[in-house]
Amino acid sequence: MKELEFRTASAAQGGLLVMRRVGEIAFGDRVVVRDDKGRRRNGQVIKTSRDAVLVQVFEGTDDLDLNATWVRFLDQPFEMPVSPDLLGRIFNGVGAPRDGRPPLIASHSRNVNGASINPFARAYPREFIQTGISTIDGLNSLVRGQKLPIFSASGLPHNRLAAQIVRQARLLGEETNFAIVFAAMGISHDEARFFEEDFESSGVLGNVSMFINLADDPPIERLILPRTALTVAEYLAFDLDRHVLVVMTDMTYYAEALREVATAKGDVPARKGYPGYLYSDLAEIYERSGRIKQRHGSITLVPILSMPADDITHPIPDLTGYITEGQIVLDRALHNAGVYPPVNVSPSLSRLMKDGIGKDDTRDDHPRVAQQLFALYARAQEVRNLASIIGAEELSGRDRNYLDFAEQFDRRFVQQGEDEDRSIVETLNLAWELLSMFPYEALSRVSEADLNRYHHRAGEVA
Amino acid sequence: MSEILEINGPILRVKLPGARNGEQVRIGSIGLIGEIIGLEGDDAIVQAYESTESVRPGESVTALGHPLSVELGPGLLGRIFDGVQRPLIDIFKASGDHIGRGLETAALDRSKRWSFTPREDIGPQLHGGETLGDVPETETITQRILVPPDVRGELIELAPAGDYTLDDVIARVRLADGRERQLHLYQRWPVRTPRPYARRDHAVAPLLTGQRILDTFFPLLKGGKGAIPGPFGAGKTMTQHQIARWSNADIVLYVGCGERGNEMVDILESFPELTDPHTGRSLMERTLLVANTSNMPVVAREASIYVGVTMAEFFRDQGFDVVMVADSTSRWAEALREVGGRLGQMPVEEGYPAYLSSRLSAFYERAGRVETLNGERGSVTLIGAVSPPGGDFSEPVTSHTKDIVQTFWALSKELADARHYPAVDWNGSFAKDVQTAAHWWQEHVAKDWLVARGEALGLLAEEQELARIVNLVGPEALAPKQRWALEGAALIKDALLQQNATDPVDSYCSPEKQYALLAAVLRVYRKGQELIDLGEPVTQILTLPGLARLRRAKAAYGDKQLTELNGFVRETLDAMDAMRVEYERSSAT
Ligand SMILES: Nc1ncnc2c1ncn2[C@@H]1O[C@H](COP(=O)(O)OP(=O)(O)OP(=O)(O)O)[C@@H](O)[C@H]1O
Ligand SMILES: [Mg+2]
Repeated sequence: MKELEFRTASAAQGGLLVMRRVGEIAFGDRVVVRDDKGRRRNGQVIKTSRDAVLVQVFEGTDDLDLNATWVRFLDQPFEMPVSPDLLGRIFNGVGAPRDGRPPLIASHSRNVNGASINPFARAYPREFIQTGISTIDGLNSLVRGQKLPIFSASGLPHNRLAAQIVRQARLLGEETNFAIVFAAMGISHDEARFFEEDFESSGVLGNVSMFINLADDPPIERLILPRTALTVAEYLAFDLDRHVLVVMTDMTYYAEALREVATAKGDVPARKGYPGYLYSDLAEIYERSGRIKQRHGSITLVPILSMPADDITHPIPDLTGYITEGQIVLDRALHNAGVYPPVNVSPSLSRLMKDGIGKDDTRDDHPRVAQQLFALYARAQEVRNLASIIGAEELSGRDRNYLDFAEQFDRRFVQQGEDEDRSIVETLNLAWELLSMFPYEALSRVSEADLNRYHHRAGEVA
Repeated sequence: MSEILEINGPILRVKLPGARNGEQVRIGSIGLIGEIIGLEGDDAIVQAYESTESVRPGESVTALGHPLSVELGPGLLGRIFDGVQRPLIDIFKASGDHIGRGLETAALDRSKRWSFTPREDIGPQLHGGETLGDVPETETITQRILVPPDVRGELIELAPAGDYTLDDVIARVRLADGRERQLHLYQRWPVRTPRPYARRDHAVAPLLTGQRILDTFFPLLKGGKGAIPGPFGAGKTMTQHQIARWSNADIVLYVGCGERGNEMVDILESFPELTDPHTGRSLMERTLLVANTSNMPVVAREASIYVGVTMAEFFRDQGFDVVMVADSTSRWAEALREVGGRLGQMPVEEGYPAYLSSRLSAFYERAGRVETLNGERGSVTLIGAVSPPGGDFSEPVTSHTKDIVQTFWALSKELADARHYPAVDWNGSFAKDVQTAAHWWQEHVAKDWLVARGEALGLLAEEQELARIVNLVGPEALAPKQRWALEGAALIKDALLQQNATDPVDSYCSPEKQYALLAAVLRVYRKGQELIDLGEPVTQILTLPGLARLRRAKAAYGDKQLTELNGFVRETLDAMDAMRVEYERSSAT
C-alpha cells in the first residue's frame, strides 16, 4: 500500500481524531495531519478497523476544521532518524529539530517503540559510577546501566542535583566520557534553560542530545518524546559503543499526559484516574536502560519525577519505584533545614549497589558501613520522634548520642556543596567519623576487623 | 475465510467461523501468536501475545486447533523460557538482542539425544501417569518418562535402552477403541487445565529455605501456598531468590511475571556458580525460569504463570517436590484487568474484573501434595509475590491472596527503610501450619522447638507493648525488667531475624544452626533476667562484649561450626555468671 491522503475525519476530541473509510490501515502507523492553514501535525494509529481508524495526534486536535483537515497515512511505524550528528542537537518530541538547524542527514532510522531487550541478551550492571555525592555513592550507589530515578517534589532542587550528577559522574580508574541524552517533558522554560546553561558552562553541550517539550508545548507529544529520546540513546550505546546517561524530567507530566489521552479514549481507570496500563507503559520506557552482553556501551537512566502533594504512594512514584532499580528521595524537611542535596536516605535505595561496591570496586568495608549507617540513622529517627514527644532532656545518654549523630549526619554527610566532588574514599572516611561517635557495642553491622581498622577509637578500646 | 476486523492494542476482533474458545492462533502475515478469548457469532476475540504493530485489518488469522499448551519432557531444566514457553536463547539466536515477532521456536530441543532406559516391570496394561523409563537429565535429576495422563491401553512395543531424540517413538500403545497411539519422550499439556493426580494428600514436612524468619517463625509446608506482599523495595524479589537458591526442593521454577529484566539476569549469572546445599551440585541443574519481564507484552504475562505451574505439576507427577515462585502475581492480575478493560467488562474493585478472586484461588489450588497417578508422592509449593499499590494491603489482590494462602510473609517498609532484612514483619505475618512443622522440627532438630519459638515471639509482642509506653512517657518509666525485655527483643531482631542475603556465611542457615541461635539468644536473655532480679543494672549487663558478638554470631559461625558457636555461647553465659558473682560480692560488702 502506498501513502494515502484523506479528508474523511469524522470527529476530533482530546487529541484523538476519528477517520472514516480510509481502507486497511496498520496498527501503530505514522500519520501526518495537515490543517486548514497548512500546518502539519504528527500522529499515530492507536486503533484500527475497516470502518474507522483512531489517530492520536501529538500536537493535539484543538481548532481542527474537520472538513479542511487532510490526513496522510505513511504506511510505516513511527521512526527516528539516527546518525552520530545527533549529539549537540535539540529536537522536539517527534524528533524534529528545535534548534533552527536543518534536519539530520541520516542513512537510517529506528522504530521509536524499540523492541523488548531479550533478558538472555542482558549483562548484569555492576560498574560503580562515582557521582561525588556522599548520599548516593556511599549509601545508594549508582552503577552503569542502572535505572535510578530521583523522587522529588515542587520547589526541591532536583534539577541542581541532576546537573551535579551529570557534571561529576565518572568511573573509577577510567577516562569516562558519558554521552548525555536529555529528555524534558512539560518543564518550564526556566528549567530547560538551567540545564542548557549548565551543559554549556561545563563544556558538555557538544555531547548532549536534547529532546524538549516545554510546559506550553502540546502535552500529547510527551507520550512519544521519551521513546524518541531512548531510541537515540540506544543508537549511541549499542551502535556507537557510547556510555549514555539519560536524564528525563519530569515523568509526572508524562504520566499526566497519558491519563489525559486514556480518559479521552474511555479506558478503565485504576487509581487516581490513571489507566491500569500505566505500569506497563512506564516499564516500556524504563526497561530500555541497561547493558547488553556483546555491546560495549550502556544506558544509565536517571528519570526525575515530582511526587504530587509530596506523596510517595501516589501512582506515579509508586509504579516507578516498582519498575526502577531503586530511587533517590528528596525531602522537604531537609530542604527547609537548608540541607543540600536534601536526600532522605531511609526511603532511598539502590538495588544494584550490592554488586558494584566492596573490595574490588570501592573499598572492602563499604557494604557494611552503608548498612550500619542506615541502621543507626533509622534508630536516630525514632529517637528524634521520641524527643519531640517527651522532650530531649528526658532521653537517656545513649539516646542523646543518637540525636547528635542524626544532626551530624545531616550536616556533614548529607550536606555538601553543589561543586563539591567527594571521592568514594572521602565519603567512607567521613562515614567512619560519624560511626566513631558510637562505642564498639553499638556497631554490630560492621565487622570486628572493620572496627579495628577504621574506628577512631580503635587503639583505645578493644 | 478469516479476516481481521479490528485491532485495539493486543486485542483483535477477527472473523473466524468455526473457531473454538481458548484455541491458539497465528495472526497476520507476521504470524504473531495469540489465543481466542471469546466468541461472538462468527467473530472471535483474540488476544495477541506479541505487539500488533503494523498488523492491518483484512489480514488473515489461522486457528491452530489446540489450546495454549506446553511441551513437557527432558530438556526443560536450566533453561529460561518466555511467557509462552519459547526458549529465550533460541529467540536470541533468531533475532539478536531484541525479541523479534512471530518466531517459531519449539520449547524443547529436537536434535538432542537423550539416554533412555525402559522400566523392566512394565505392561502389558498401561495407564496414565505410569513410568515407561528414565532419562537422566542432569547429574541430580533423572526424569521419568510418564504415560500421558489421558492414555490407557495395551503396550505394543517399548523401545530398548538407547539414545533417542524427542521425535523418536519410544512406545506404541493400543487404546481401548483399537487405535494405536505413539508415545515420545515428551508430551504436551494445555496450561489452563490442571494435570490430574490420584488424590490429594496431607502436607507433612516444612519447606526449608535456610531463612530464619521463614523457617523458624513463619514456616510453609511442602505443597503449601505462600504469599509475600510488600511495597516496592521491601525485598519480595530478594526473598524469592533466596527461596529459589536454598530451598530443600527437588525442582525450582522461577516465574518472573512483569518484573525487571536484570533480575532474571541475576539468576542466570549467579545460579550456575552456586551449589545446592542439599546435593552439592550446581543450582542451575534443578532450576528453570519463565520470564515475561515488564517490558514484554502484557497479555503473555497472564499466560506465564500457567505455563510455569503446568511445568511444576509435570515434575510433581514424577514424584518430585517442586517449588514455584511467581514474581509478581499482581502483574498477572493487572494483565487480567488490562484484557478485561479492553473487552469492556464491568470492573468491580479498582478496575479489576469480578472474576479476579476466583482466578486467584483457582491458580493457588494447583499447589498441593498429592498421590500421583503412579501412586507416589509429589508436591507443588506455590509462593507468589504481591505488589500492592502504595503498599496498601487492603487492595484487592493482596486481600484476596491473604484469604487463600496458608503462610503470609508481610514485608514492611519501616523495616526495609531501617535495612532490617528480610523485612518480614512479625506482627503482620502468619503461618497456619506451625503445628505440622513443629512435628518435623521436634523429630529432627530439637524437642522444645515450639516452646522456644513461642518464647521469642512472645518477647517481640511484649516489646511492641512496651514501645507504646515508651512513646507516651519515655524510657525512664520502665522497670529494669521491662528495659531488659526491650534489649532481649532487640537481640532477637539483630541476632536471629536479620539475615543478610549477600553475606557469604549467613545467606543460608541450616535448621540446626537456626535452632542453636534461637536457643542461644533465649538463654542469654533468661540469664540476664536472673541478673536483673538480683538488682544488677541493665546498663551494666549491656557492657558485656558477648552481646555484640552474639549479634554477629550468625555470620561468624557457619553451619559446620556449631560446636564453636555453642562454645562461644557457653563463654558468654559464664561471663554473665561471673558478673553475678561479682555483683553478689560487691553488694554483700
Ligand atoms: N534478605 C536481604 N538481604 C539483604 N538485602 C536485602 C534483602 N532483602 C532485600 N534486600 C535489599 O532490598 C532491595 C530491594 O529488594 P527487592 O528487589 O527484593 O524488593 P521488592 O520487594 O522485590 O521490590 P519491587 O516490588 O520493586 O520489585 C535489594 O536490592 C536489597 O538491597
Ligand atoms: Mg521485586
